[in-house]
Amino acid sequence: MPLLTQRVQDEDEQYCLVASLDNVRNLSTVLKAIHFKEHAACFATKNGLKVTVENAKCVQANAFIQAEVFQEFIIREESVTFRINLTILLDCLSIFGSSPTPGTLTALRMCYQGDGHPLMLFLEEGGVVTVCKINTQEPEETLDFDFCSTNVMNKIILQSEGLREAFSELDMTSDVLQITVSPDKPYFRLSTFGNAGSAHLDYPKDSDLIEAFHCNETQVNRYKLSLLKPSTKALALSCKVSIRTDNRGFLSLQYMIRNEDGQICFVEYYCCPDEDVPES
Amino acid sequence: MKFRAKIVDLACLNHFTRVSNMIAKLAKTCTLRISPEKLNFILSDKLASGGVSMWCELEQENIFSEFQMEGVSAENNAIYLELTSENLSRALKTAQNARALKIKLTNKQFPCLTVSVELQLSSSSSSRIVTHDIPIKVIPRRLWKDLQEPSVPNSDVSIYLPALKTMKSVVEKMKNISNQLVIEANLNGELNLKIETELVCVTTHFKDLGNPLLPSESVSQSRHPEDMAEVHIDIRKLLQFLAGQQVTPTKAVCNIVSNRTVHFDLLLEDVSLQYFIPALS
Repeated sequence: MPLLTQRVQDEDEQYCLVASLDNVRNLSTVLKAIHFKEHAACFATKNGLKVTVENAKCVQANAFIQAEVFQEFIIREESVTFRINLTILLDCLSIFGSSPTPGTLTALRMCYQGDGHPLMLFLEEGGVVTVCKINTQEPEETLDFDFCSTNVMNKIILQSEGLREAFSELDMTSDVLQITVSPDKPYFRLSTFGNAGSAHLDYPKDSDLIEAFHCNETQVNRYKLSLLKPSTKALALSCKVSIRTDNRGFLSLQYMIRNEDGQICFVEYYCCPDEDVPES
Repeated sequence: MKFRAKIVDLACLNHFTRVSNMIAKLAKTCTLRISPEKLNFILSDKLASGGVSMWCELEQENIFSEFQMEGVSAENNAIYLELTSENLSRALKTAQNARALKIKLTNKQFPCLTVSVELQLSSSSSSRIVTHDIPIKVIPRRLWKDLQEPSVPNSDVSIYLPALKTMKSVVEKMKNISNQLVIEANLNGELNLKIETELVCVTTHFKDLGNPLLPSESVSQSRHPEDMAEVHIDIRKLLQFLAGQQVTPTKAVCNIVSNRTVHFDLLLEDVSLQYFIPALS
C-alpha cells in the first residue's frame, strides 16, 4: 500500500501517538479480556498503552500493552489520554474477521492527534485496507484503588488452568464469592452460597497448580460474583494468575497473557470487598 | 401440468443441494419456475419488505438424468410454484450419498413437490426410500408477469468483486455498528465499503479488482476512471447475499447504478445468480 504509507508518513508529524503492529490480534485479544463495559479510558506513555474499564465504582480492569509489543511506538508527549467506545474499537480491530485465518495477518497502524481528534486506525490484510476514524472523548477520572504492594497481606500465584476449572463450576446463583486465605487449613478456599446450598473448593498449599503461597494472616472476604464474572475473559486467555488481597480486603487479580508472538502482557482486575463477613 | 425429474449422479445431486442451500439462505420463500430447458429460483420482494430481487438459473440437463414436464399450455410451457426454500434444502439434506433422487409434482390433498430419496444401506444391497412432500402454491398464469427475468439496468460502473469471504467478514463487523452501508466503485478497479455514524467512520478499500468490458455505447464510456458511483443500501440485505455464498464463484461482478440499485451477477459453475439490492430512499 505505497499510497497509504506515503500519506501516513506525511501526516506523521502531526500525531502525538503513533503505534504499529504486524499482528492486530496482539492488541485485540488483550482488549477483549477487559471488554465488560462499552467505554474505556486509554493512557499512553513511553512505556506503552494502558486501557482501563470500570463498573459500578467497585471493579476496575486494566490491560497493559508494553511499547515493546508494538513494532513502532512513537509518543511525542509525556502522556496521552482519551476515552473511547471499546465495543466499536474492537469491531474495527477485528474488521477482517475475529478468528485467525492461518497464514494471514492483519497489520495495524494507530494514530492519534490529540484532544478532540478521532483515533485513526489503518488496518491492512492481503492488500485490502480499512480506515477507521473513531471519535474520542475527554477521559473521565478513573478510580484509584490505592492498592499498594506494601499493604498486601496475602498473595497466591497459581496456574490459570487451576482457577479456570473452578470458575467454570462456580454456582452462579450465589451473590458472592468468598475467598479464604489462611496459613493453616484450608489455606486457599473459594466458597459460594447459592440456592442449592454452599459449595467450598479448597486448594492445598502444596498443590502443583500453586506456584507461590504467601500468607501473613487469615483473611475471609466476599466479592460480588457479578463483578468478578467478567474477569473470566482474562482468565481464559492467561497462563498464570496472581491473587492478592490487601489489609482492607481489596482484591487484585493479575493475569499474565502470552500473545501469539510469545510476548507477555498483563491484565489486572481490582475489586472491592462486598461486605464484612459476620463473625462466626 | 406435469413435472417429474430424476438425479442419479452424485456430483449433480451435491451440486443441486448446494444451489438449494444457497437459495434457502437468500430467500425465505421463492418461486420455482420450471420450463423445458431451465429451472429458475426467483425472488421478487415487494418494495415494503426491502425490494430485493433474485434470479437464479440452471440448465436442467446439467443436473437431471430424466426430465419431463408439461406446462399450463402448449404456448405457455412453464410451471410457476411458490415454496418455502428451506423445505427444499431440508429435504435434500437427507439425500447425501443417495443412490437416486426423484422430484415430482403431486396432489396429495394439497399440491406438493414430492422429493423421494433412494438411500443405499451400506450393510446390504437393500435400499430405503425417504419421501418428502413439500407444500407448494401453483402461481396462476396472470401473475407470471411479476416474475420475469429482471432487466439489467445500464450501470454506471461495473467491477469484479473481491474475495467474498473478506467482504463478508468486513460487512459482518460493519453491521454491528451501522444499519446502512455505502458501496461505491469506479472504473479504475476500486471498490469501497463505507459506514458512517456519529461515533465512527469505517471505510474498507479494495483495489486492482478490474472492470469488465462494457458494450461500446454504454454511458460509462465518458466516465472519468476515478469517479465513484455510489449506492446507499441496507447492510442486512448485503450481508444476507454474502452469507449465502458457500462456494467461490467462477465469476462475480458488481454493477452499480448510482443512487438506484446494486446488481450482483455471479456464475457458480453452470448456475447463474443475479441479485439486486435497491438503494435506500
